[in-house]
Amino acid sequence: MNAVLQSLQPPARHTNEDEEDAWGYGNLDQRGGVRGMMVPRVPDPAAFLNLHTDSISSNPAAKIKLAHGTTTLAFRFKGGIIVAVDSRATAGSYIASGTVKKVIEINPYLLGTMAGGAADCQYWETYLGMQCRLHELRNKERISVAAASKILSNIVYQYKGMGLSMGTMICGWDKTGPALFYVDSDGSRLKGDLFSVGSGSTFAYGVLDQGYSYDLSDEEAQELGRRSIIAAGHRDAFSGNTCNLFHVRENGWEFIANYDVNELWYEYEAKKKAGASQAQAQKDEGMAVE
Amino acid sequence: MEYNGGSVVAMIGKDCVAIASDLRLGQQSVGVAMNFEKVFPVNDKLYYGLPGLATDVYTLREQLRFRVNMYRMKEEREITPKTFTHLLSSTLYEKRFGPYFLEPVVAGLTTPTELEPKPKPFISTMDTIGCITTPKDFAVAGTAQDKLYGMAEGLWEPDLEPEDLFETISQTLLNAVDRDALSGWGAIVHVITHDKVITRQLRSRMD
Repeated sequence: MNAVLQSLQPPARHTNEDEEDAWGYGNLDQRGGVRGMMVPRVPDPAAFLNLHTDSISSNPAAKIKLAHGTTTLAFRFKGGIIVAVDSRATAGSYIASGTVKKVIEINPYLLGTMAGGAADCQYWETYLGMQCRLHELRNKERISVAAASKILSNIVYQYKGMGLSMGTMICGWDKTGPALFYVDSDGSRLKGDLFSVGSGSTFAYGVLDQGYSYDLSDEEAQELGRRSIIAAGHRDAFSGNTCNLFHVRENGWEFIANYDVNELWYEYEAKKKAGASQAQAQKDEGMAVE
Repeated sequence: MEYNGGSVVAMIGKDCVAIASDLRLGQQSVGVAMNFEKVFPVNDKLYYGLPGLATDVYTLREQLRFRVNMYRMKEEREITPKTFTHLLSSTLYEKRFGPYFLEPVVAGLTTPTELEPKPKPFISTMDTIGCITTPKDFAVAGTAQDKLYGMAEGLWEPDLEPEDLFETISQTLLNAVDRDALSGWGAIVHVITHDKVITRQLRSRMD
């Protein structure tokens, strides 16, 4: 009897999961949060990822090579913030692309830079853009750079040890003026005036430190950012191709230009030679007078 | 090979051969020098390139200089490209269980003799322990090897005159190293003909 009754019952209700599918967009739930980030079904996902990709350490034996190798820099000065990056993506020693956009335009007032895993940076900084927009709608006020960078830093901290790889600078102009934060996948979040991130960062710092001052003019600051990326693109095998330059001012960021690293390098080299021969000529003249 | 980086390519033309290399010397990702030539002359008809570990480049070059000089004194004649290839091969195999980290490329013209009145232009390449291959078109080696294969496969054609061969090998090298992070930083090309060797430095991408 029970069996007959049961067979006449209406089919069981849909599970929650199916309903959520109907509501959410992509992998976002109704509230816009990230839902069900897929993780490999193995005892230790991080070890699995490290074995097959070069995402955590740069494991050279890894079969799956993620886009790596970068020079990015940003610095604060009296005229706002300069952001300059290269555009090379390498997989092992292969140059996979020379036209990568490593500055992510989060919204008209916020820029994020990309170093480490290209996909990690792109995805989470786009997601940060959504959260910043929601903040605007909820509070009728633009989000501060400090708060925005903290959203990102809190997200990546949740995934700590799972193989996320990103070193990014969040740059923008808010109520407090120009602000610059360094956020990475280890969970660091640092406020500062000058940062450089990536395999070519040491070379960029070399030029940057030598020419940096808070009182630089707009032109001088842009030239310093550009020169630093060219220097790094030259020395570092995993950086180069082109340089993208941005300037953040009170009324939002502005894209200045895209420069070919090679063309500029030859230009700088010609200037160096011209300068040297001029100095030599002056020295010779001085000796002749003596 | 990936420690210092660098690449060499050689091509056969009509009564001529060409051999070219990049000029980068690096320590992994850091570029150190942009004047590190990897192609050396044996005589004015025979050149060879040694891409690979820079310390072994010097060691093997001196070793070969000694052996070629001994050959010259004993035989009282210049070494032929074919003989040189075998000399190089045995020199590499001597270190079978602790090899030089080099992948040599040889390119040369043989002087006609009574035994061989019409010799063909000669190129050869070998692995780190001396296994010889003698292609009829082109030979590539170094960190940009696979990219060089792609370019050479597309650009090379039979019976190129010296000037056209120069253009072909230059474009092959330049475009291949532009896709390799560990090669580049300048390039040098030698075109060997019966009456002269044309050597030119190329203006290449420096990033």
